[in-house]
Amino acid sequence: MSEPIITIKDVNSIYRDSFGHKIYALRNVNIELYDGEFISFIGPSGCGKTTLLRLIAGLDKPQSGTLSIQGNVIGKPDHERGYIFQQPTLFPWKTVEDNVAIGLKARGVYKENKNKIGEYINMIGLNGFEKAYPHEISGGMAQRVAIIRALINEPKILLLDEPLAALDAFKRIEMQSLLIKIWKTMKTTMAFVTHDVDEAIALSQRIVIMTSRPGKIRKIIDVKLGGRRDRNNDEFIALRKIILEELQLASILPEPEYSI
Amino acid sequence: MKKKTKKDIPYFDNNIHWKPQSKIWFLSAVLAFVAALAFDYFMPFKQTVNPAPYRIFLLIMIVSLAVLYAVSSKFITLRRKLLHNAQFIFVAALALALWDFLTAKSGIFPLPFFPGPLQITDVMVKDYKMLLISALFSTRLFFVGLIVGSVSGILTGILIGWFRQWDYWLSPVIKVSGVIPAVAWIPIAIAVFPNSFSSGVFLIFIASWFMVSFMTAGGISATPKSYFEVARTLGASEKYLLFHIAVPNAVPNIFMGILTATSLCFATLVVSEMIGAKAGLGWYINWAKGWSVYSKVYAAIIIMAVSFSIILAVIGVVKNYLLRWQKGILK
Repeated sequence: MSEPIITIKDVNSIYRDSFGHKIYALRNVNIELYDGEFISFIGPSGCGKTTLLRLIAGLDKPQSGTLSIQGNVIGKPDHERGYIFQQPTLFPWKTVEDNVAIGLKARGVYKENKNKIGEYINMIGLNGFEKAYPHEISGGMAQRVAIIRALINEPKILLLDEPLAALDAFKRIEMQSLLIKIWKTMKTTMAFVTHDVDEAIALSQRIVIMTSRPGKIRKIIDVKLGGRRDRNNDEFIALRKIILEELQLASILPEPEYSI
Repeated sequence: MKKKTKKDIPYFDNNIHWKPQSKIWFLSAVLAFVAALAFDYFMPFKQTVNPAPYRIFLLIMIVSLAVLYAVSSKFITLRRKLLHNAQFIFVAALALALWDFLTAKSGIFPLPFFPGPLQITDVMVKDYKMLLISALFSTRLFFVGLIVGSVSGILTGILIGWFRQWDYWLSPVIKVSGVIPAVAWIPIAIAVFPNSFSSGVFLIFIASWFMVSFMTAGGISATPKSYFEVARTLGASEKYLLFHIAVPNAVPNIFMGILTATSLCFATLVVSEMIGAKAGLGWYINWAKGWSVYSKVYAAIIIMAVSFSIILAVIGVVKNYLLRWQKGILK
């Protein structure tokens, strides 16, 4: 593996529930994310996987411990740590191309990078929709726009917080290949939160299994499958079994996924 | 997004123009105006009036309906609109004739309180200069007041919605002073301001400022947290968050505030002109009432209805342009 890009040391994230009890969203979390890897975080609701991603993004602060990117402590959110939310959250008053341009405009580098917008829109196959408003495109298209909106900033790491959870099965598979394509061509580090075991196996090089209450890392599994991953392949099935056992979910039904 | 070409078959929303697209109704509407004209021409008068302006008005209506119909063969939407409204035009023409009958023809409705269409059109023609000047005065006062009020309303709304300190100090003041009808300030406005125009501007400013700032602040503070989070991870500064995320998000609210303020301003405008001013439609009505010339009062009311409708339409056009992204979301 290459250099670590994100180093997370002894991180605790605590909140209080409505009774005033301390709840550990994350307890003593230590992990390094390597430059250029595709790493997935999987676990039941409340295991702190989203919290961890938000800490890396700088959207929240840990109660104790440090997070750093290439040796620098993570402070405020920054364009070098792109974040894809579960909902595309495009701005409804901006057209597709204006949404994509936000990062460039906000950073004041729009003029010199103008032509990149068209290239990125081409990459996700949305040419012809540049002037469309978000409500005129489908949910899958909107999520693709959200992805290139973050990518156009050329982030060092892309944090993906269940970005495919709101999509139907066909769109998910389409989007999975888009993510792999982006990862391979742009060499961006991908940190991917999901609670779909198959999705994690299909995409990642490493899978971090987390448990809830308190949110902790239980195990990190290296995925040694090749480039093309067949879901009916024996190794795939074996890996799925291991992960499900680790999640102690093998015997009970997985949680339903809600899309709002 | 497909570009529209001439070959595209135009799509009609039958929910908009749902009335029968029948030429018979339109022809009946035109004939109803002809009938109203004939009725006025042949039936003798009970009151002494100058019928010429009313008859010319009816003639203009007939001619313009015919011209519109001819022109609309080129513009399909206009044609559909005309046919959709044909029944209304038909009944309107009959209503005019009925009004004519009840007033000048029979005297069932007595003068001076219930003038007929003849007296009103006559007054409009005779006194057109005064009416025009009054309407222009009112419009100018309205726009100056509304623009001053809206701009300061938007600014205070942004401050209140974005900064806690401004919210803390200004919100209670706005909430308490905002419930006072602007017309309550008339005595003070007349005393403090040097002329009736500036006192009128002040009153309309008061009427619009509260509403607009209240709605703007609401829109700013109701910006979803997720919008800010997305923008911050894209590298947005605080300034960018305010001016490119929170303010655009508040624009629908701002317009709701301006449109509500507009009707408050109309009321304030007329009352303030009636009380303190020496020009404008409100003053004209009051002045005509003083001389018991009720036909002038009605004429001014009609002019007022027309000019206020135009003002609302202008605001609507600006709103539809700025909120063009909402097209298709609502309704």
